[in-house]
Amino acid sequence: MKTNVFLGSLAVAGMTAGMAFADAHGSTLDVVKERGALKCGISTGLVGFASQDANDEWEGFDVAICRAVAAAVLGDPTAVEFRPVTNKERFEVLNSGDIDMLSRNTTWTFSRDVDLKLEFAGVNYYDGQGFMVPKELGVSSAKDLDGAPVCIQSGTTTELNLADFFRTNNISYQPVSITTASEAQQAYLAGRCAVYTTDASGLAATRASFENPDDHVILPEIISKEPLGPLVRHGDNNWGDVVRWTLNALVAAEELGVTSANVGELSAAATDNPEINRLLGTEGNLGEQLGVAADFGAQIIAVDGNYGEIFEKYIGENTPIGLARGLNAQWTDGGLLYAPPFR
Amino acid sequence: MAMVDQAPPPGFKLSMLINDSRYRGYTFQTIAFIALMCLAAMMVMNAAANLERLGKDISFDFLWQGASYDIYPKLIPFESTDTHFRAAMVGVLNTLLVAFFGCITATIIGVIAGVLRLSNNWLVAKVMSVYVEIFRNVPVLLWILLIMQIVAISFSNPFDFRGEEPTASMVWGAFAFTTLGIYMPAPVWGYGSGVVVITFFLSLGLMWGYSRYRKRRLFETGEMLPGWPVMVALFFLPSLLAFFIMGRPIGLDYPEMGAFTFSGGALIGGPLIALWLALSLYTGAFIAENVRAGILAISKGQTEAAAALGLRPNRTMSLVVLPQALRVIIPPVISQFLNLTKNSSLAAFIGYQEITGTLMGITLNQTGRSFEAVLLGMLIYLMISLLISLLGNLYNSSVKLKER
Repeated sequence: MKTNVFLGSLAVAGMTAGMAFADAHGSTLDVVKERGALKCGISTGLVGFASQDANDEWEGFDVAICRAVAAAVLGDPTAVEFRPVTNKERFEVLNSGDIDMLSRNTTWTFSRDVDLKLEFAGVNYYDGQGFMVPKELGVSSAKDLDGAPVCIQSGTTTELNLADFFRTNNISYQPVSITTASEAQQAYLAGRCAVYTTDASGLAATRASFENPDDHVILPEIISKEPLGPLVRHGDNNWGDVVRWTLNALVAAEELGVTSANVGELSAAATDNPEINRLLGTEGNLGEQLGVAADFGAQIIAVDGNYGEIFEKYIGENTPIGLARGLNAQWTDGGLLYAPPFR
Repeated sequence: MAMVDQAPPPGFKLSMLINDSRYRGYTFQTIAFIALMCLAAMMVMNAAANLERLGKDISFDFLWQGASYDIYPKLIPFESTDTHFRAAMVGVLNTLLVAFFGCITATIIGVIAGVLRLSNNWLVAKVMSVYVEIFRNVPVLLWILLIMQIVAISFSNPFDFRGEEPTASMVWGAFAFTTLGIYMPAPVWGYGSGVVVITFFLSLGLMWGYSRYRKRRLFETGEMLPGWPVMVALFFLPSLLAFFIMGRPIGLDYPEMGAFTFSGGALIGGPLIALWLALSLYTGAFIAENVRAGILAISKGQTEAAAALGLRPNRTMSLVVLPQALRVIIPPVISQFLNLTKNSSLAAFIGYQEITGTLMGITLNQTGRSFEAVLLGMLIYLMISLLISLLGNLYNSSVKLKER
């Protein structure tokens, strides 16, 4: 009897292993369509980028990308299963197939793209690493931080930039390792570190959530390039294209003047501008080529508007986070946003 | 009725593998073994195939690449330009540090609590029962987090020590309790300090020799030489003498408030304190139970016989009961030491950079070599555990019943 039970469980184990294997081979786009929901990895909580509102609904700049992809693929921006992941686990979770995409202020680097077998779909925020210190310390430059205890999130590029910055400037520091942004915030406020370092956008978001934001200053030095963007697994190019062109559609819509206010009108019938027509699906078959609905562009923009509208809504100058467009302006306004043509 | 008396013809038939109870066991064991091997092989092949599909190979080359991150605390010098391997070694040493001091304090706490739990004093016995039950029945991670919070709440922000009228001050001008940890004076080893250190170790040897001599004298002549006073004198006097003869070569470096936090002196970080305290108290509760069980295993007749010989209760405990109880206590205590060492991996939750934090944390994350890093981490824990077992078993064989 014992042997029978054993052999039985062996067979079951073999079957499950086989099924998991087969599942991982399928096309992500088909899997998402079949499931009827997009599994999107987001931050564990960063005001403006990914946070829960009063109704426990996720919202924010990074969350909006997930919703846009869900709108493009499924026609429903609410068909998203959000999965908050920490810095340390994010790539494992993505590579294991637990989530379909990651939209979690993740820096695009060579080794992540090549060695970690990830596929960055573009950049949704051009950022750089900065430092925040309490005003009472009277520090005006990051080069005055010799000997300071610095709160740093483990497993990030900021950790590496920090080591490089202090080493090249020949000053010392004491790293205080933290796993999540909210923990870093607590440690910083409790005085476990005199300095908090992360991407400048993250610093602004963190400072905005403090009781007395004015007691803290963000130092002028930006010590790194941090192009943040959504990413998918290596090897499923079609799915990578879907996420990439969703992001491009948001950027192109702003450039072309398509907003949440006029998208209904513009997508009702073909306009004089062929590029707008192709973007919104009233001309050509871009949606079909991508494997999604013909009007996927219109669906994306109907959610929260174009890139500029999303930016203003969640992290722009009229929000508590108060970030200026800066590098994240359209190329026509002196920024770096430049969507390839929809053709 | 035909009597079948003659023995069955000798010889082996295939059906005997199932029907003969002499062989059946082997048959099923062989089948189970083959099935187990198949399962293992399938898992390995599945893992290999999945890694292959992701385009990943198994390689430990990453260990020799630059780590490019910094670690605190570190017992050996470490720069961000050093390799991942050295980062792992820093982590291993941090694991060993907390395991070593944790095992010592857990043993002290455990022995005291275990003995006192058997005390005739109702209050003392109950207090110890409460301690044991509270610590034993709550996951150690919660204790670690709680003590970390207590450190964060009850200690002062380093900024409070600054300015003209600081709101916090140092204890005896030497110790500062901050949210970062405890700053304390650190020794400065000047010229000639080696002589003092050597003298100190020599006096330790002298103490050992004296106690042996004292025991032999007691057994041979029945004369009792003075114990503690001589021991204390031997401990302090030679070293102090050497210290002053060499012209006070060992100084103290006091922590001083710098721009951001204290500089100079030594810092025992908050995470280390929290981890060490929590692991000691938690494991101490288990050791207390082992000690109690060991003492209860010694028959009451031993205590009564000792009393009949006129031994006082504390001598009965230290000369009669504990030496016998040790044989019962040591094997389970070794496994508690192993538990403590493995539980130290929970440090990852509070940012103490031991082997789980460096090799299986930051290195894994920066290189993406999760399979290799975890495999290596398991190997390291295995080696540490086997080493502790070996030392424990050596000690155990030295105290176990001498069978002649």
